[in-house]
Amino acid sequence: MVDLSLSEEQDHLVETFRAFFAKESPPPLVRAAEEAGGFDPDLWQAVCALGGPALGVDPSAGGAGAGLLDLELVSERLGAALAPVPLVESWVAARLLATCDPVPGTWARLTDDLPAAATVALHPAHEGSARLVPAGAVASVVAGLDGDELVVVDVDPPPAAAVRNLGGAPIADRSLRGEGRIVLAHGDDARARHADAVDEWRVLTAGALVGLAGAALELGVEYAKQRHQFGVPIGSFQALAHQLADVATMVDGAQLLTREASWAADEHEADAPALARMAFLFASRTAQRTTAVALHVHGGYGFTLEYDVQLYHRRAKAWPLLMGDPRRESARLADALFEPPEPR
Amino acid sequence: MDFRLGAKSDAFREEVRSFLREHLRPDTLERAHETGTHHDRELHRALGAQGWIAASWPEEYGGQGRDPFEMTAMRDELRLAGVPTDGLGQSVIVARTVRAVGTEEQKQRFLPPFLRGEIIFALGYTEPDSGSDVAAAKTRAVRDGDDWVIDGQKMFTTLAHESAYVFLLTRTNPDVAKHRGLTMFLVPLDAPGVEIHPVHTMGGERTNATFYTGVRVPDAFRVGEVDGGWDVMNVALTFERGGFALSEADRVWQWTVDWARETRRPDGTRVIDDPLVRERLATMRVNDEVARLLALRCSYVAATGGMPGVEGSMHKLWYAEAMTADAAELVDMLGAEGLLEHGEPDAPVDGWVEQLHRHAAVTTIYGGTSEVQRDIIASRGLGLPRSRR
Repeated sequence: MVDLSLSEEQDHLVETFRAFFAKESPPPLVRAAEEAGGFDPDLWQAVCALGGPALGVDPSAGGAGAGLLDLELVSERLGAALAPVPLVESWVAARLLATCDPVPGTWARLTDDLPAAATVALHPAHEGSARLVPAGAVASVVAGLDGDELVVVDVDPPPAAAVRNLGGAPIADRSLRGEGRIVLAHGDDARARHADAVDEWRVLTAGALVGLAGAALELGVEYAKQRHQFGVPIGSFQALAHQLADVATMVDGAQLLTREASWAADEHEADAPALARMAFLFASRTAQRTTAVALHVHGGYGFTLEYDVQLYHRRAKAWPLLMGDPRRESARLADALFEPPEPR
Repeated sequence: MDFRLGAKSDAFREEVRSFLREHLRPDTLERAHETGTHHDRELHRALGAQGWIAASWPEEYGGQGRDPFEMTAMRDELRLAGVPTDGLGQSVIVARTVRAVGTEEQKQRFLPPFLRGEIIFALGYTEPDSGSDVAAAKTRAVRDGDDWVIDGQKMFTTLAHESAYVFLLTRTNPDVAKHRGLTMFLVPLDAPGVEIHPVHTMGGERTNATFYTGVRVPDAFRVGEVDGGWDVMNVALTFERGGFALSEADRVWQWTVDWARETRRPDGTRVIDDPLVRERLATMRVNDEVARLLALRCSYVAATGGMPGVEGSMHKLWYAEAMTADAAELVDMLGAEGLLEHGEPDAPVDGWVEQLHRHAAVTTIYGGTSEVQRDIIASRGLGLPRSRR
């Protein structure tokens, strides 16, 4: 029967990470990390003590056994704090590797006390090179599709520097060839495994976007209560209050949808792939609309670098765009909802 | 977490489906469409005979003690089948209010025939000069011995021509603040002095303007305290946003998908294979799923002993606004043929998309406008200062 509450363990998990990020990833740290290429190594070390790449891996493979829903709940907190650590990417990559034949050296590095970061290239490589890989500048371990093969490479330290970008994210092009390349799967099996991993990335990124949107909404609402114009708080103007009400509704909807998508994946529901795309699309829309409203509520100040809302605004666009044009994502959702088009 | 309605609801869903196979006649939808009266007496009585008019009520009140998720399953089936449920929906609001605040005598008088599906109720709040500002009602009720004499006019008294009583908001004290001088009555619609004039809408619905001239009502038909009508209204308005289920959008989406799969263009391609069609249908599915989940959350709040307030407003706001935008997109998607009305032999999706577009506009108005919902979300949900500007 429907139960929209979290379990005691999940409540504890959420509270642990909420408190951790609130203390360890405040806005000044996010800003400093952005200057340094979108990554904070000390924060990475600290967060891995709570739940590193193997958090979502089955205990039989040396992981902590968290389900996708558990990870999604944590990714909401990560997104709310804009924490500059590649947890989502590392979780997805570790879960993918855990289902393949063991890659002993690499696996040890992911489950180490100070684990290496990992990621999955979302799009197939072109001539061996995967373009703008999320966390590509900081992840040693990269899995991805190279032609007909699902491969993993492990290069320490990561060979590519971050490129300057809207979201201040550690993205970089990565080669899926060269020494130490290991083939994990071939053909349809390779494509299916990769597709599942990308769906997990969609759901967990949707979770991060839900958290981001919720935090941006709070910024907007607080500012609307404090800022006075014409002798009254600006939040008393319906022209602003109604926009905030609209996005508050979207944030609640996006959270429900994203949690449903993670739950459906854990339960192996038939519509899980469609729900992953739906959650990703709607959380992206929600984050972009919410940060736009929250920034606008701040007036000109919101546009200045001093105010935090711009940090949210830029990432709301940047995080999901790594998947590509959202209208193409809608087309991919259609492919999951309806049968593929007839060949012409 | 669990997003499944569960075995009990699945079993009840099957019961509802088999009931509909037996009782839903093919012409029921057509008749509702033609007349604009979205209430079917025969079907409504059959629901009553089944014990389903207020299936969620405890058995001692004539219900079946169905939980909120069983009710979700039932309403979803009624909606997906296109059952005209306006009469059921608005009557339940009145009956729940009578159950909550009525006298024992009133419960005995009004509820049994309601539960049997023999009578329905109309809502009499809105007036020509007061809609969202509902407490500004001017219809007067003046005490005369054991009776009250009512004079005034109501607007959008939907299904007054099918209803036994109208749940009437009246002014009994013009000398106090507007919220403090209101009283509610159940007024028999066959009483002398009541006139019902049809009003037809862009969506093809028939509603009514109702006129009350020297209408005498016994004091026993007063619901709640004299001048305590606003408290009664607040109970009723909360119930009004409690009818959570799939919307018309889900039904029309499914019909449109079926049509797009079956239909080929002159060049031989299937409509469903057109990228512009696929993208629109996919986007609408996302919006509908969000609406479904916001509704499911209301049921969950109710199932865990709460009263959905802000949650209800969020659902109402989202489903109405998203459906309005999506219906317009679906019409665009069909091109010029999207303009063809239901009944035109070559209308795509039998013209139901055109019909949804006509109808959708009113969903952002009735049951509390989108602006009223946003006010509630902003003040009660977000804690923003209340305002009227």
